[in-house]
Amino acid sequence: MSSPGGKSSSIPLMGNEEEPTIFELSCTGRKSYTMRSTGVPVNELKDLVDGMFLRDDELDLVEVSERDLVAHFTRLSHRQFSVDLGFYPLGSCTMKYNPKFCDEVASYESLVLIHPATPSKFCQGWLDLCFKLTGALKEITGMAGGTLQPAAGAQGELTGLLLIKAYHESRGESRKKVIIPNTAHGTNPASVTLSGYEPVTIGTNKDGLVNIDELKAILDDDVAAIMLTNPNTLGLFETEIAEIASLVHNIGGLLYYDGANLNAILGAVRPGDMGFDVVHLNLHKTFATPHGGGGPGAGPVLVSKRLLDFLPSPIVTQEGDRFIFTYPKHSIGRIHSWFGNAVVLARAYAYIVFHGNDGLKTVGELAVLNARYLKERLKEYFPPAYDSPPMHEAVLTAESVTKETGIKALDIAKGLLDRGFHAPTIYFPLLVHEALMIEPTETESLETVDSLIDSLEEIYRCAYEDPELLKTAPMNTPVSRVDEARAARQLKPVYKRDTPA
Amino acid sequence: MNFSPHTTEDVRSMLNFLGLDDLSDLYGHIPKELLFHGKLNLPDGLSEFDAKTHILEISGKNLQHGNTLVCFAGGGSYDHDISAATNSLASRSEFVTAYTPYQPEVAQGVLQALFEFQTLVTRLTALDVSNASLYDGASSLVEAVNLATSHAKKERVLLSAGIHPNWRQVVETFAIGTGHQVETLPLRNGITDLSDVDMTNVAAIAVASPNALGFLERIDNLANTAKENKALLIQVFDPIAASVLKSPGASGADIAVGEGQSLGMPLSYGGPYLGLFAVKSEYVRLIPGRLVGETVDKLGRKAYVTTLRSREQDIRREKASSNVCTNQTLIAIRAAIQMSWLGTNGIKEVAKISASSAHYLANQLVQAGFALAYDSPFLYEFSIKIKIDPEEVVEAVCYEGMLPGIARYPHEIPGISSNLLTIATTEKRTKDEMDRLVSILKKIAL
Repeated sequence: MSSPGGKSSSIPLMGNEEEPTIFELSCTGRKSYTMRSTGVPVNELKDLVDGMFLRDDELDLVEVSERDLVAHFTRLSHRQFSVDLGFYPLGSCTMKYNPKFCDEVASYESLVLIHPATPSKFCQGWLDLCFKLTGALKEITGMAGGTLQPAAGAQGELTGLLLIKAYHESRGESRKKVIIPNTAHGTNPASVTLSGYEPVTIGTNKDGLVNIDELKAILDDDVAAIMLTNPNTLGLFETEIAEIASLVHNIGGLLYYDGANLNAILGAVRPGDMGFDVVHLNLHKTFATPHGGGGPGAGPVLVSKRLLDFLPSPIVTQEGDRFIFTYPKHSIGRIHSWFGNAVVLARAYAYIVFHGNDGLKTVGELAVLNARYLKERLKEYFPPAYDSPPMHEAVLTAESVTKETGIKALDIAKGLLDRGFHAPTIYFPLLVHEALMIEPTETESLETVDSLIDSLEEIYRCAYEDPELLKTAPMNTPVSRVDEARAARQLKPVYKRDTPA
Repeated sequence: MNFSPHTTEDVRSMLNFLGLDDLSDLYGHIPKELLFHGKLNLPDGLSEFDAKTHILEISGKNLQHGNTLVCFAGGGSYDHDISAATNSLASRSEFVTAYTPYQPEVAQGVLQALFEFQTLVTRLTALDVSNASLYDGASSLVEAVNLATSHAKKERVLLSAGIHPNWRQVVETFAIGTGHQVETLPLRNGITDLSDVDMTNVAAIAVASPNALGFLERIDNLANTAKENKALLIQVFDPIAASVLKSPGASGADIAVGEGQSLGMPLSYGGPYLGLFAVKSEYVRLIPGRLVGETVDKLGRKAYVTTLRSREQDIRREKASSNVCTNQTLIAIRAAIQMSWLGTNGIKEVAKISASSAHYLANQLVQAGFALAYDSPFLYEFSIKIKIDPEEVVEAVCYEGMLPGIARYPHEIPGISSNLLTIATTEKRTKDEMDRLVSILKKIAL
């Protein structure tokens, strides 16, 4: 079946020529810049500032013409896979289409030319936008209030945990532990450690859900919170969440919701209604702000009523027809140099108002439909790790293929690169052997999902018929498999003229 | 409204294949009492045009008489010019819509651009290694504090009051979790003075130069004091200023952190910005965030890959010393492009023109009757004393279409003796604009 999103449409467009570094293109005497005349005479710095403060070593950045600069970065862009080029079935990452009109919004001068130290009276537009976005996120999550400051999901996690800490301490309790399932995102335990708590891992039951018996055994008054993702990272809905919530609340603990997988339940289930006290969202996942090759993201945190007084400062509140900054009574303080990744927030707000209540619900439904269809069609080749109905993503295992042919999840991933797709997430969650974690998202068509399925079936057959071909994959990409061990052993994080590559 | 390509027929055939009747059946295994019934209390969806109009209406409230304010504010965010080439290249959707480069075979574009960014930052700071960016200047400072305390195995951290007050607050917030003892060193005569400071159990001293008031600090002397006390010196630097000032590396700083907004990001109401982070090579294995290294592929061709992955939170999990995962890759690429466009000489020109204008403006203000806060050297940001409430001055000038600077008070910057207005110039500000600012301030604030 032909595919607009995968197969032959993408890889042949990628640049296979090695590109020299910008430093190798540099040539003394070339330049791109021009400088305006300000009307003020330009002085030598030594006439303005005592020489002991001035640079005495020779600065050497680069000297390139604008033409060479543009060609260089354009050629680099041709060596890069992207959502606009093809399909990223990356589990847990929600690589949906990033609407173009949001790019336009992100370029509005009335948004981007505003200095963050502008008095709030003179940037009411920004305050209004932040207020409206917070309101929409409260409604979508079923929470009572929130902060937009965290710049990414991981920063949101840490912020949420510090809120939990502040809450317990305000009650004179110094609890020590935070419970995390063994399927959790890697950032969860890292954030717990940095919040000063001790992460305690609990297991998963035969259905791929939190093991409630293990949870009961571990719950005591030293537990500050449990961090959950629902649907969890196996793509499964924690159907016993209400019981989990009441067990944790009964010992005085709180529930933290990792919003990485919110896309699955938009408009259908709300974290607040499930009993969660803190929620972080990844706007670059659910609300389609572009990933930018690894940021900028945005990780707002929403809270239940009992945590409102601890929110980071400042927050925006409405007073009549004006918007003002307020400082919660027992605020944990500031999280960001200013107010967060503001322009990313504007993109997410644009996405939300475009979709409206019905549109958001459809997003969730079609994301689940694509994933469930994909799992059902692939199960005879790559069975699901657990047999419960998947939500927005399907976690499959290649374990039997690996046993029978030696072809690993990694080889399958690289084989997909050769076939014009990005690879799925592999080897995660950690408890699934040879995991293939596939999240098709709602913006990929049936034809595109079908063509991914066809390619995986073909790879499956290839594993049995010609495994060597997969072990040497990818060969159609700008570079073949990369020597990661050498990169770590002979560390070279900086270009140096004299060192041969 | 949505962006799903599914036709009604597609949905029906997929549901049929799954043996389901309706989309709501996809949630059939979820307990009924957990399902959200009814509609979210959000407006109905809008067409693209209506959505854009709605946001233009809201953002229009950021304008004064239909214009943005002429900007004399700094504090880590500067109104520098951005080249059209930078805007164009950094808007290429191959960069904008890429994922984190976990599959290096199809991510050489982002990886090489980050490698070039890292190299440019090391050249600017004269330090050995730069990471691939952090969230913003404040988050870089937090991570530097964490690196220093875990390296030095000591808990006290001294922050100069000359570091932007917001950043100091961010460090204090995250110290709730790590338990570090964060103390503020009051300024003396507008700069940091370590002469009577108790240096026991100090892991790091962090100092900004130029500082929040615009004044330059003797990082070399402060670094010597740090070294004598087996503490690390963290310098908060400004990337444009660093092109002409004694570099963090040459001054003896162990870690340089900075806000990279000046390198091609619009003011953007404070974000997304760019956390810069560079260290001496001895700390390379403690660097937070991502690091790109050069290597080869199977066929021996040059290739780039994120490296020292064992440091990353996804592997170390509970042993991690940082939880940073996503960074600001697109902004780092943007900065690499803008730095290349400016090049060795252009970046120095920006610093020189901005500094010339700041000194002109400072002189005009002194001639008009204002007093500089301190008689200390500065580059393109400086502070004047304000007898009345400086925030009222800022607002009054805003009505005239100009943002005159940032109001500073003794309670937020310990060690300053009066209310100040901190003013910044860039290469964009003209003599006419500066003369106008002087005449407005003269009317309002003398």
